[in-house]
Amino acid sequence: MKGWDKFFALASGLCVLIIFAFLFWIIFIIARNGAGTISWEFFTAAPVEGMTEGGIFPAIYGTVFLVLVMTVFLMPFGVMAGIYLAEYAPQNSRLTQAIRLAVNNLAGVPSIVFGLFGVGFFIQYAGRGLDRTLGLETVFSQPCLLWAAATLAILNLPVVIKTSEEAIKAVPLEHREAAFALGATKLKMIVRVVLPQAFSGILTGAILSVSRGAGEVAPILFTGAAYYLPYIPKLPTDQFMELGYHIFVLSTQSPDVDKTQPLLYGTILVLLLLTLALNTFAIGLRVRMRRKYGR
Amino acid sequence: MEDKGINPWVSTEYSQPEYVRMIENIHALNENLIVRVEDFSLFYGDKPALKRINLSIKKNRVTAIIGPSGCGKSTLLRAFNRMNDLIPNVRIEGRILIDGEDICKKDTDLVALRRKVGMVFQKPNPFPMSIYENVAFGLKIAGEKDRARLDQLVEKSLRQAALWDEAGDILDRSALTLSGGQQQRLCLARALVIEPEIILMDEPASALDPISTAKLEALIYSLKKDYTIVIVTHNMQQAARVADYTAFLLLGELVEYDETRKIFTNPTDKRTEDYITGRFG
Repeated sequence: MKGWDKFFALASGLCVLIIFAFLFWIIFIIARNGAGTISWEFFTAAPVEGMTEGGIFPAIYGTVFLVLVMTVFLMPFGVMAGIYLAEYAPQNSRLTQAIRLAVNNLAGVPSIVFGLFGVGFFIQYAGRGLDRTLGLETVFSQPCLLWAAATLAILNLPVVIKTSEEAIKAVPLEHREAAFALGATKLKMIVRVVLPQAFSGILTGAILSVSRGAGEVAPILFTGAAYYLPYIPKLPTDQFMELGYHIFVLSTQSPDVDKTQPLLYGTILVLLLLTLALNTFAIGLRVRMRRKYGR
Repeated sequence: MEDKGINPWVSTEYSQPEYVRMIENIHALNENLIVRVEDFSLFYGDKPALKRINLSIKKNRVTAIIGPSGCGKSTLLRAFNRMNDLIPNVRIEGRILIDGEDICKKDTDLVALRRKVGMVFQKPNPFPMSIYENVAFGLKIAGEKDRARLDQLVEKSLRQAALWDEAGDILDRSALTLSGGQQQRLCLARALVIEPEIILMDEPASALDPISTAKLEALIYSLKKDYTIVIVTHNMQQAARVADYTAFLLLGELVEYDETRKIFTNPTDKRTEDYITGRFG
């Protein structure tokens, strides 16, 4: 049996090694091919000559704009839902369990389904309704940044709800009791004792969903992302370019594959670094929170 | 009891029970009874935790509640500021009067009640904030914004809790950097700042070392001129040292309640004697 033991230890270790090898191989290829493209111009210029030259500024700008608007949609709803589940919902009741199940299932829905839902619900239903009510020609009833951000927000809701709920539940009962014993109402207890302690946890959820939102293409494909735009979007009702979609476009729609390739690798590198930086930031926050509150 | 009877010639404006209540309240005032527990029972689901408790607590005295673990002493204490409300499936019968007012009613103002009846918990539980913010918490949630007044009241409470000399210079430091004994005195200062009438202490020294415990006991003694203190303890020496009156609870029943001296030297009930002589518990 000792031989089997050794074999198993070796095999499991090897699996880890293979996974890491793949990861480093990907990063290595991208870094080697993309590093040469990174320049000041690459960050600040727009694509030119049928996207075979120039930079990716509109895509970076669009990604940041998109993610910001998404956060505005996402955080109030997500955090409030987390507060409800942790503080107000009757624990262990059928309804609460059903809500939790629904949140989990929402997390399992393929992102392309969210994209199509966004078209159907936001653009054709909400957008058209808005246009009709406000007496506008096609403003809201077309793909635009607003609806792309809303679709991404729904996609990311489960992450924020769960991290918020967990962060809120992690606040010790003693602190709640102390607040109540001093004459705090439930609302004051939540605002002054629970939320400050849960803040880093909630922020971690926000950053994780931002980093995920920056990389998702399927939900924005039909809801607002543009293949190419000759201008920088100013309003949430404009279409926009986005890094992930830009990568897709560069790799499949280019008129000159060889000329586009360095740009493609450069763009991938930028997106990778962006999400990597966001994730590292989130992990750092969580570590800091654990240290501060001893958990 | 005769003098509490109904005299129909006095007034017709009050219903009979109301009239009895008024007379009882006057009696209570005369005897300085701030808390009166009347036929109070408490159930966790169907399980009774307190069975028909009757006792009155005197103003400006220290009253200890002793008994073995699980006897319901903490539950009784937490009934005085309705902290049991936080636990689901708790049902009560009977009533508890504080200053003549029934606090067990559905429409009782819990915020007002808890500002009148403060509490110090078993484990020191300062908020993860600065020392100053901890003490000022009770004032800030009540809407106090005047910085000078906050400063003044925070200092006063810290002095009352004998913590000013140690913490007066480090008010901005996190409360979690204090020692256990200091944290417990900080929690006391936090409770004192909103000037309650009654302070409930739930085994406040159980997590403290002997020196910190002695400090806390001295503090309890000095506080009783301004406050009424009810302390739950499993430590009988502690009850004997700090309390004027002692109640002995066993399996949810009040076995005996008397002056501490009487309970510890000449208890009436055999079960009390067995407990304080260490035959069980």
